[in-house]
Amino acid sequence: MTDVTHPAALPAAAEAPRVLHPAARRIMHWINAGAILVMIGSGWRIYNASPALPINFGFPETYTLGGDDSISFALHNEWGLANALGWHFAAMWVLVLNLLAYLTVGVVSGHFRRDFLPLTLAGFRRDLVDALRFRLVHRLGEYNAVQKLLYWGVLGALALTILSGLSIWKPVQLQELTWLFGGYDNARIVHFCGMAAIVGFLVIHVSLSLLVPSTLFSMIVGRAPRHAREKRP
Amino acid sequence: MTRPTLDRNLAPGIERRLFLRQSLSLGALTLLTGCDISDGDTVQRVLHAMSRWNDRAQAFLFNRHRLAPTFADSEAVRDFRYNAYFPADKVPKLSAADYRLELSGLIADKRPWTVEQLYTLPQESQVTRHVCVEGWSMIGKWRGAPLGTFLQRVGADLSAKYVGYECADGYYGSIDMATALQPQTIMAFGFFDDTIPAKFGFPFKLRIPTKLGFKNPKWVTALYVTNRLPGGFWEDRGYNWFSGL
Repeated sequence: MTDVTHPAALPAAAEAPRVLHPAARRIMHWINAGAILVMIGSGWRIYNASPALPINFGFPETYTLGGDDSISFALHNEWGLANALGWHFAAMWVLVLNLLAYLTVGVVSGHFRRDFLPLTLAGFRRDLVDALRFRLVHRLGEYNAVQKLLYWGVLGALALTILSGLSIWKPVQLQELTWLFGGYDNARIVHFCGMAAIVGFLVIHVSLSLLVPSTLFSMIVGRAPRHAREKRP
Repeated sequence: MTRPTLDRNLAPGIERRLFLRQSLSLGALTLLTGCDISDGDTVQRVLHAMSRWNDRAQAFLFNRHRLAPTFADSEAVRDFRYNAYFPADKVPKLSAADYRLELSGLIADKRPWTVEQLYTLPQESQVTRHVCVEGWSMIGKWRGAPLGTFLQRVGADLSAKYVGYECADGYYGSIDMATALQPQTIMAFGFFDDTIPAKFGFPFKLRIPTKLGFKNPKWVTALYVTNRLPGGFWEDRGYNWFSGL
């Protein structure tokens, strides 16, 4: 598989550069990135107010969103929980509306079917072994099985986190949902685990994009950088 | 419960800590450039606007015939968490003889109520989950009269928008009329099988299982009905007003 050039890449490289990520997807990607970071940062501050895990653990305040706690105390008479909740319940609308738009465009345009499918166990095993031996070739615009599984995984984690979040927010009006998550206290644990999975994805996702900067480039401008187009894998 | 965040590690030395915090924040504020402060203001304005939007979204989601889940008596916690911004030995100890519940606003019969009169209202028990804005929750058992019954009896304008409350400790707040009329919204006169103790709000607290804990005021001394949003103690400090569950 190493020397096979993407069929669409050859003519495109000679003429107009192929667009890997249409503008709509790029805009939604960066809105999503911002909303997710706000949700995580404010969520960590909210968590600190009353930790849900049975272990003694809290997030360093520097990495949380909710403002300086001493300023907050002067203004609001509290340590920044109100501010963090404000961020969390504002960004949730951005996150959910943007995600719904992304899912709609992804299904309608065929992006999910074309790029995230098919996903086979054999393909995943082969690509995972290659990836662990640093032999997996990254071709822009084409997703290997490990990437495909990661994207499905993070979409699943997002769904789990949003639904468990809704069940914590509305344990009376959406009590069936809360019940599905094993009750209010358990739903908080699920919400935490969903967040942890998303953070885990982010660590891998950001590391890989920095290892292969042309992916970051194409998610910003849409096409691959010149050197990546000319270079054969 | 009623007071989020301030009970955090309430311990000896808290006053010194508060003083230090406040001096620090004064220092920090003076160090900030004008630009930073106005940026902060813009952010605060946006978050506030979103919070008001969330009030409307929550009012839309709220169904006043939807009951909060109830639990078995055995699940209720007798040693319920005490939560306020002052220690338990500083709670208002209201005298049953001198207490009067003052009524005002859009209410036909504004005569004040004594404890004796209040306690003759028809009552029911509930075992429900109390959810704090901080995230913790606890199941308790309360007994009391539905606020809707009381509002009807005093001739309140039930088409008005808000019911406001004031408390003996200076706490204040308000809820929407739909929540006030939800059948599980009670004036809780009892905790388990006893009269509600001073630390939980004697002679009564508003027990609202469809609202976050800080909208369950203790030591209520005044109720009023109005069409102008009255705000609240924590709501005026940046917490969401509707705060429904």
